[in-house]
Amino acid sequence: MSELAAGGGQHPALQHHFRDLEQQKAASSLGMWVFIAQEILFFGGIFMAYIVYRIKYPEAFVAGSHHLSWQVGFFNTLVLIGSSLTMAMAVYSAAIGKSRRVVGFILATVLLGSVFLGVKYFEYAEKIGPCLPGASGVGCLVPGERFDASALGVSGEAAGHTQIFYSLYFGMTGLHALHMIIGIPILLVIARAAWKERYSPEWHTPVEMVGLYWHFVDIVWIFLFPLLYLIGAH
Amino acid sequence: MMTTQAPTLPEKHYLNAGYGWRSWLLTTDHKRIAVLYLISITAMFALGSFYAALVRWNLLVPDGSHMSAETYNKAFTAHGVIMVFFFLIPSIPATLGNFLIPLMIGARDLAFPRINLLSWYIYVFGAAITLYALLAGGLDTGWTFYTPYSTVYAQSNVVIAVVGVFVTGFSSILTGLNFIVTIHTMRAPGMTWFRMPLFVWAHYATSIIQVLGTPVVAVTILLVALERIFHFGFFDPNRGGDPILFQHLFWFYSHPAVYIMILPAMGVISELITCFSRKRIFGYSFIAMSSLAIAVIGFLVWAHHMYVSGMAVYSAMVFSALTYLVAVPSAIKTFNWTATLYKGSVQWDTPMIYVFCFIGLFLIGGLTGLFLGNLGTDVHLTDTYFIVAHFHYIMVGGAIMGYLGGLHFWWPKITGRRYLEAWGKVSSLLIFVGFNLTFFPQFFLGYVGMPRRYHVYPEEFQVLNVLSTAGATILGFGYLFPFSYLTYSVFKGRPAGNNPWKAKGLEWTTTSPPPAHNFDETPTVTEEAYDYATPPKEKSALV
Amino acid sequence: MPLLPEQASSFAGEVDALFFFILGVSGLFAVGIWIALLYFGIRYRRRSDDDRPREIYGSLALELTWTLIPLAIMTVMFVWGAKVFFELNRPPDDAMTVSVVGKRWMWKIQHPTGHREVNELHVPVGRAVRLVITSEDTIHSFFVPAFRIKKDAVPGRYTMAWFRATKVGTYHLFCAEYCGLEHSKMIGWIVVQTPEDYQGWLAGGPRPDSPAAEGEQLFSELICSTCHDPGSSERGPVLTGLFGRTVALASGDTVVADEVYVRESILNPAARVVAGYQPLMPTYQGLVSEEQIITLIAYIESLQVSPSALGRQEAE
Repeated sequence: MSELAAGGGQHPALQHHFRDLEQQKAASSLGMWVFIAQEILFFGGIFMAYIVYRIKYPEAFVAGSHHLSWQVGFFNTLVLIGSSLTMAMAVYSAAIGKSRRVVGFILATVLLGSVFLGVKYFEYAEKIGPCLPGASGVGCLVPGERFDASALGVSGEAAGHTQIFYSLYFGMTGLHALHMIIGIPILLVIARAAWKERYSPEWHTPVEMVGLYWHFVDIVWIFLFPLLYLIGAH
Repeated sequence: MMTTQAPTLPEKHYLNAGYGWRSWLLTTDHKRIAVLYLISITAMFALGSFYAALVRWNLLVPDGSHMSAETYNKAFTAHGVIMVFFFLIPSIPATLGNFLIPLMIGARDLAFPRINLLSWYIYVFGAAITLYALLAGGLDTGWTFYTPYSTVYAQSNVVIAVVGVFVTGFSSILTGLNFIVTIHTMRAPGMTWFRMPLFVWAHYATSIIQVLGTPVVAVTILLVALERIFHFGFFDPNRGGDPILFQHLFWFYSHPAVYIMILPAMGVISELITCFSRKRIFGYSFIAMSSLAIAVIGFLVWAHHMYVSGMAVYSAMVFSALTYLVAVPSAIKTFNWTATLYKGSVQWDTPMIYVFCFIGLFLIGGLTGLFLGNLGTDVHLTDTYFIVAHFHYIMVGGAIMGYLGGLHFWWPKITGRRYLEAWGKVSSLLIFVGFNLTFFPQFFLGYVGMPRRYHVYPEEFQVLNVLSTAGATILGFGYLFPFSYLTYSVFKGRPAGNNPWKAKGLEWTTTSPPPAHNFDETPTVTEEAYDYATPPKEKSALV
Repeated sequence: MPLLPEQASSFAGEVDALFFFILGVSGLFAVGIWIALLYFGIRYRRRSDDDRPREIYGSLALELTWTLIPLAIMTVMFVWGAKVFFELNRPPDDAMTVSVVGKRWMWKIQHPTGHREVNELHVPVGRAVRLVITSEDTIHSFFVPAFRIKKDAVPGRYTMAWFRATKVGTYHLFCAEYCGLEHSKMIGWIVVQTPEDYQGWLAGGPRPDSPAAEGEQLFSELICSTCHDPGSSERGPVLTGLFGRTVALASGDTVVADEVYVRESILNPAARVVAGYQPLMPTYQGLVSEEQIITLIAYIESLQVSPSALGRQEAE
């Protein structure tokens, strides 16, 4: 429900330095796209390292990747795609002015995102647990002193190179997870604002912008999943 | 002459629009944020200069007896890290850019004023972390953090320093993002792209580099930190890693970074040279497009820092060819600026003296780049003092001269006061002489073979080093002058009036200092930029 | 006060010529523009506040001129530089190979005869010398100003530089890549001698083991012959006559069996396996130092096929 101030014509969401809502929307939108461009370059650096080392040590990457559970990764992929769906529904609901549904869909997105992170936690725990002081070290997959290459069925030279695979695994999925961990509170802030009826068909740009960010995070995962989990899979 | 009365300060302006800590530390006014940045980067410049003094003090004698090797290595590292990340990269964009871009395009503020403030806080936070690393134990990797020295062998505060630089990078990214969006979406009616001041074009090109380049170095130094803490093996050959990969990733940003440092200064020059020749710029669209060309091609030349690293001969050739290509737009600008003076009406005020200094010295810096982009001569010259001289000619002889020229030109607009012109002229001469005496001998030092980052050196190099240190002393002394008289003018300077230089540009149509909201009414633009044939209005109808 | 370094290698003259060419052209442009700046700045200085300069927008002709002419000049600079760079990276076939290992903070050098030096390299004048360079720790850089050569010493790989000294004398050797505390003390001398003096230097002092002899000893200590023996060619390729030959790999590619390939085969044997063999060879990473690898390479290089053995192989 839009709330134009009576007799003023000034939309409450309009910030003082913008001429009109159109300009504000254009600015917000371009701002988010520029931010995403920057994010692409940010992930790009670590993707470059991945490409270089995958070309250099193909067997080590196959061995490392086989040990990851592609089923778990696939499940997580579906969860994340689902969360993008609920996010798109949230944006659509905002565009048609259904604030309650916006809240609901955002909470669903948060829920699915949390499921993803929860699964990630278990994936990590399985690999990191054996490395902790006091643990046996068998199956430790954190690169470093206790890395257990025999768990991957490799020895010798390739053993050292699988450490690089797992460095990239933790580095890339960790960076991705960090982006989700940052995104979830932001989603909740938007949900709260929607609960307070701040958005209307005329002004729901923050919902769209957060949606863009969330879709981007999803797309990064869609690249990560095959690159990490499906190497050499037939 | 219409008015005979002396100008006065406007009653209300952005500086007295609120008093107290909160009105400054929680401001969203781009002009106040620019002043906050001005204070911060001046402090960092002072600290970086202190480390430079240490370096030059050590190099007075060939035997390194003035300080230990460890102290020296930490001194040149601190000098580089501070000057690159905390002075040069933010300098013009965060101070003059922040202050002027909204004014120049007729906007009330930047697109995202709160993000602008956040960007300053991130800068301060990053600086605090890095300063802690530099001061509590120090960093000795050089500002370039080459692996595996930085990841395996260095015994200094690598991780903390890297975290500090990482944080500060986001300040740069957010500033760039803000500028891009502002320039795209908030120009006043009638201000088409090709009516924008070239200062704005320059900052647009700079912002593209900041947004696309900085994240790459951010993730690279993140990998350095991870490697150092967890021994991941990205860059350690003993674990299957490749130390040269670091160099590629590092220079992918750090070469475009040097264009972040020079493009804004070039923008300043275009503004000043038109005002002080009272003439429109020669070749406006060529200069505008050259800025973009430099930004784009600048991303393709990074490996010219790596010709002797063992890279393939054919790859090196590609990078050398592209390096020569990127020199062309800078040459175009230089010719256009020179042509602007032709049949102009040249006024030799302090800002204009800095313009001449910039063009003259940037010429040397840029042309010496031809020696370094060249595959045959670079093998001999790389990693020597020739490189040190080359980049200081561009960064100090170019960027800092541009910065000082801009500061002097817009000082009346920023503070409402005039500085003492005679002091300006004398200081510029001192700085010019000191600068050349410091760095010109270093070209010879490099050609004759003195490597960089040397704590001790063969005796036969001492004379040139002594000359260089003498110059540095004069230069350091010279910088104290503008700091003093500019600060003095804030309290005791004569009020400047709206347009003391009779310049064109929307920023001069409002009061000095401007009101908090910049313009009472959004201006409508009908003129080309630098339309000096039409004299600026004596009294603006807008304020 | 030296302003120009000595010219002591076959490269130095051309590098200097290129340098002075660029200097001449740059100088011409710089001086030209400085003069124009000062001339315009003074000739067109403001006479009165009412000055109204002409409206000049630009000139396409001028823009094209001062774009295309610099572009042409830079193309010449680029091409000449590329030519010199090619030469710097292509040693002649008759070059003698000297190995250089950089380590914090010294240069460890070994001649093909086995003579070792630290921070010094004696060479005969007029002879092409090919340097195979690596590092044991951080990146260093082998820099001889008088020769106009420089090459990084990178851990984990070999880089190459070469020179032909043209003047007897003693010249600075510097480390040119910052490597920590004593980076500026990682320096030494290149001693260029007449061929007679060089022989005298080689002969003087204790007769060292040639690197090939050291390598042979290491080869037997590490029991390489278990698989690399003419009698057991099922397990590993025969090494006699191997060095320098083109080898067919299991992947279908070919490779020249040079220092890089031999070193890789010792440290990462599964990377490029010879066609017809199983990837059975264990890695020796951590079991041999860089200098030991150099001696093994020298030994393998010395394993030439004797005419009778060649006849026997062809008959099989």
